[in-house]
Amino acid sequence: MQFNSFSDFISMGGYGFYVWLSFGSCALILLGIFLDSKLSHQRTLNAVSKQLEREARIKKAKQESK
Amino acid sequence: MWKWLHPYAKAQTAYRLCNTLLPYFAVVAVASIIIGWVWGLGFAPADYQQKDSYRIIFIHVPSAILSMGAYSSMAIAAFIALVWQLRNAELAVIAIAPVGAAMTLIALITGAAWGKPMWGAWWVWDARLTSELILLFLYLGVISLYNAFEDKGSAGRASCILALVGAINLPIIHFSVEWWNTLHQGATITKFDGGAIDASMFWPLMVNILAFAAFVGTVVLMRLKNEILLREKHRPWVKGLITNQTQLENQNVGDKNAV
Amino acid sequence: MNPRRKKRMMTVLAVVFGLGTAVALVLYALEGNINLFYTPTELVEGKGPEKQKPFVGQKLRIGGMVVPGSVQRDQDSLHVEFKLMDTGPTVKIIYQGILPDLFREGQGIVAQGKLIAPNTIEAFEVLAKHDEKYMPPEVAEAVKGIKHEKPVYNTVKGDS
Repeated sequence: MQFNSFSDFISMGGYGFYVWLSFGSCALILLGIFLDSKLSHQRTLNAVSKQLEREARIKKAKQESK
Repeated sequence: MWKWLHPYAKAQTAYRLCNTLLPYFAVVAVASIIIGWVWGLGFAPADYQQKDSYRIIFIHVPSAILSMGAYSSMAIAAFIALVWQLRNAELAVIAIAPVGAAMTLIALITGAAWGKPMWGAWWVWDARLTSELILLFLYLGVISLYNAFEDKGSAGRASCILALVGAINLPIIHFSVEWWNTLHQGATITKFDGGAIDASMFWPLMVNILAFAAFVGTVVLMRLKNEILLREKHRPWVKGLITNQTQLENQNVGDKNAV
Repeated sequence: MNPRRKKRMMTVLAVVFGLGTAVALVLYALEGNINLFYTPTELVEGKGPEKQKPFVGQKLRIGGMVVPGSVQRDQDSLHVEFKLMDTGPTVKIIYQGILPDLFREGQGIVAQGKLIAPNTIEAFEVLAKHDEKYMPPEVAEAVKGIKHEKPVYNTVKGDS
């Protein structure tokens, strides 16, 4: 370990603001793109299943009207 | 010779392949991000000149490399999609673009946060920085072109053409530090030995590059799966997949209700 | 025109416009880099085959190495003066402001400012340039025998 104490680690030899700004925004962006991909999978599944349900309903209605 | 590849042109096979590869990429990404960040932030020695501020290199260089690597893969996929009319290659272009844009954004932000204390400025209109900014615009162009068209066939073609034309920017970014008088220094890792960087800093950097590459791989695979599903939504195999999924969910809900 | 087509056209136009702006920005930035960039030798002896010298009052950028022992700081203000050189003559830089952390004697810097006398520049921005080498302090001491500074500092590319 390069740092003697936790506060040393946070201050990064006086460059803490810049180092943590970089790593913080990096983590946020990585997390953001990951979550977006994860959530859009669920959204895709929902959208497709909704459409399938609707198609099934239309088909049924058509058959009944015949 | 290329016959073994043909099944992967089929959407369903490609989807299954994504599912098979995903866990490996994800495990490598998570493990190496943790190792890389702890090593880089806590255990690598400080630089003789830049002290602890140089630790930004452990995310700046990987994100910059991946921003260009992702663009190269995207341009290759665009080329394949245009020439061989492969639908999956076109979907890969769309899956890669947002991830590449995220990498470019990270490279730009971390570069600014590093430039301020060391150079004395958040931003300079230097050839390296400007061409990297243009890379971000190219990614955004590819994404917005795809979203602009209702007909996804022509949307894909438009995005592919832009992705391919924009590839001219890659050598400009790479050689900008040699061709022009830039404030940005030359490449640290030129050969696979990192002669310009001490071994105690080189290895954590390598771990971080691996981490970013695996992360990009993971997220691209996830997005590619979505794009395949969207494009193939009328096919029976997707219908089967959805029905299974909803059944599973209903079961889960039923279990919860029982408790 | 139907709204869908209109939206599509707007996006295509926006993309074309955005890329056009981007290319214009690059050309602008590079032109500034190439035309207005001088090394101390070029500033004194002229630049290019025509030995073109900048005129007093011209805005320019200059890159070189801070001459060791030449930095004079004002005691009560941020006023600082130093000499800059590459291979030949030296040029004097006057600057009022906070210097970057990497600013040291022997360090490569790029200054932007106005020529106020044939070899004096009043800078409004001083940026430090560093090389692509990274190493721990112990290694730097062992390799170079001194702290922080390199005996020969290759400052600016494209001197020729």
